[in-house]
Amino acid sequence: MTTMHSYLGVATPAPRVAFFELSSCEGCQLQLLNNEARLLDFLALVEPVNFREAMDERSDDYQIAFVEGCVTRDDEVVRLLKIRQQAKILVALGSCACFGGVNQLKNRFVDPDWARRQVYGDFPVATSPARALEEVVTVDLRIYGCPVKKEEVERLVSELVLGKTPFVPKYPVCMECKAHHNLCLFELGEVCLGPVTRAGCEAWCPSSRMGCWGCRGPSEPANLAELAEVAQRFGVAAESLLDRLECFGGFAGAAAELRQKLNNPGGTNSSGGQA
Amino acid sequence: MSTIRKVEIHHLTRVEGHGNITIRIQDGKLIEARWEVVETPRFFEAILVGKKWENAPWLCGRICGICSIGHTLASIRAVERAFGLAVAPEAEKFRLLLKHMETLQSHVLHLCFLVAPDFLGTGSILPLIASHPDTVKLAARLKMLANQACELIGGRSLHPTRTVVGGFTMYPERAELAVLKDRLAAALPELDVLAGLFATFMIPDFRRETEFVSLQGEARYPFLGGDLVSSDGVRRSEDDYLPMTNEYCVEQSTSKWSRLSRPSFAVGALARLNNNYSLLTPGARATAERFGLAPVNHNPFMNNVAQLVECVQVVEDSLLLIEELLATRWAAPRQVVKPRAGRGVAAVEVPRGILYHCYEFDDEGRITRADCVIPTSQNHANIQHDLVVMVAEMAAAGQSDKEIEQRAAMLVRAYDPCISCSVH
Repeated sequence: MTTMHSYLGVATPAPRVAFFELSSCEGCQLQLLNNEARLLDFLALVEPVNFREAMDERSDDYQIAFVEGCVTRDDEVVRLLKIRQQAKILVALGSCACFGGVNQLKNRFVDPDWARRQVYGDFPVATSPARALEEVVTVDLRIYGCPVKKEEVERLVSELVLGKTPFVPKYPVCMECKAHHNLCLFELGEVCLGPVTRAGCEAWCPSSRMGCWGCRGPSEPANLAELAEVAQRFGVAAESLLDRLECFGGFAGAAAELRQKLNNPGGTNSSGGQA
Repeated sequence: MSTIRKVEIHHLTRVEGHGNITIRIQDGKLIEARWEVVETPRFFEAILVGKKWENAPWLCGRICGICSIGHTLASIRAVERAFGLAVAPEAEKFRLLLKHMETLQSHVLHLCFLVAPDFLGTGSILPLIASHPDTVKLAARLKMLANQACELIGGRSLHPTRTVVGGFTMYPERAELAVLKDRLAAALPELDVLAGLFATFMIPDFRRETEFVSLQGEARYPFLGGDLVSSDGVRRSEDDYLPMTNEYCVEQSTSKWSRLSRPSFAVGALARLNNNYSLLTPGARATAERFGLAPVNHNPFMNNVAQLVECVQVVEDSLLLIEELLATRWAAPRQVVKPRAGRGVAAVEVPRGILYHCYEFDDEGRITRADCVIPTSQNHANIQHDLVVMVAEMAAAGQSDKEIEQRAAMLVRAYDPCISCSVH
């Protein structure tokens, strides 16, 4: 059932929405409660029927499911399949859901059990390699970012509710960074994935003089060869470039290639499980 | 023949992360009460190994979406202490100010969005939009102020972008800081209104004596580094955190547990306040007195009140910090970092209690070992022990399953657990 709400004076259908989290920091859901000045308008767009972090009521009757986090254990596969079965639209919310996020960094170890032993010793704990949602189910919309940007979430959700095709930029962060009149981070001696990362964050990090870490994954196209040349020209160590390329999982292929190229992969001999 | 009564809560609501409560009662006697943590581990301590120092704060902030600023600052402090790097006094002040604004944001979120519905008889804040519009708007204003202050100083409200080893990538403008000061001053009467609301709530009357662990402040209510102290009289240096945390694995939880002088101890706002009451600012002290909160208080539900007191504390202290910042000249925000081999420990008070990060580095500044001890993991055993005693009392008093279920959920919620953070 869909009730009618009004958003900015226009009558809109308020779809029943549910929010779920798999392996994550739950920061993307926290973002949904931010932008307080517009929070009530945002909540009026939809009818939340399942949001464990914020409400007791739980219904399995929903149209749109927002799923934060990645899959790292078998019971999460079961939960995700059930959500997919129920939801008309399944939205991957944030870098963990889209690419595995920082959690997929554990996948780089050759021995998959090494990470578990490093943290828990002999104590048995169930875990599996970190996987993006789309490795398990079909995903209808990806909202990128670590964390997601609330303004973008508001726009995308409005577009979904109003039946418009959600707009997701293909061009790189560099475009937005230039539009903000920022100094180039390379010129400031920083590493930056802005030239190859999908825009839509309004150059969030570079505008704070922090080089981009690629949390939104590759732009379309993403000229990684040119980025490697630029990095070399500015004297950026290949290891620093790798740190950024492999951080959130969006550049997994390029990162694995670069890691293989560097003959001192983890840089340490103490961790038998290094890639 | 008497039947066994069961209360089961699967994936407790209005808390961060995934936890279950299982209770069994027979003939008014408690058979079993368990606090189970079923969150998936993400293995941050393994992920860090082999990574260069500059990755640590960026990755470790992602341990927790709610206290990402606290994790980032703890991580930075551990790296800087390993490398013997001291930042400029104004950088320290900006860090503390940022820390304060995260505390305010987190406490207001917990008190108004997660806790208040219990006392107002609703399942979430959503029905309160219609029934208590002024309260909801007040909560939104305070949260917005705190978030915008985090954006101003840290670059954004979570997973900050300006906080780096060596200082900051950039500082805000002085004029912006002056505006923040005015807004914070205007927030004090708002917090007084919030205290007025909480004064009408019936805080459950439950007491179980326990040990409280926190930083020990010297001149200021403590948040960033210093000695570690317990209300049972243990005192250790920051580097000596391991005998203070004593982590071990338990079958009922993917989060480790901790113990010190007793089978469990508590960390968080109540622990900080119990151990540092004399360092409260005047308004914070007056708020504590209004609720009859004095050390050593052993009612876990008073952690909510302690958070309220700390909201006033961090706002009053922020006003002083901004005055100090505006009265001084600032050097370049970021210092050059020279890595070296060694070990660095940081103890930082984050909203839910004392947090430790410890890293070991090789001489190029790559991490060879990492250890993070999370506030909520230190609280899990205390929650378990509270739950057993409280439910046994309620069962003996003949209270209904519904009452027990609600009170058990409120007990866990009072600790403001950050469960995915505790498992990390």
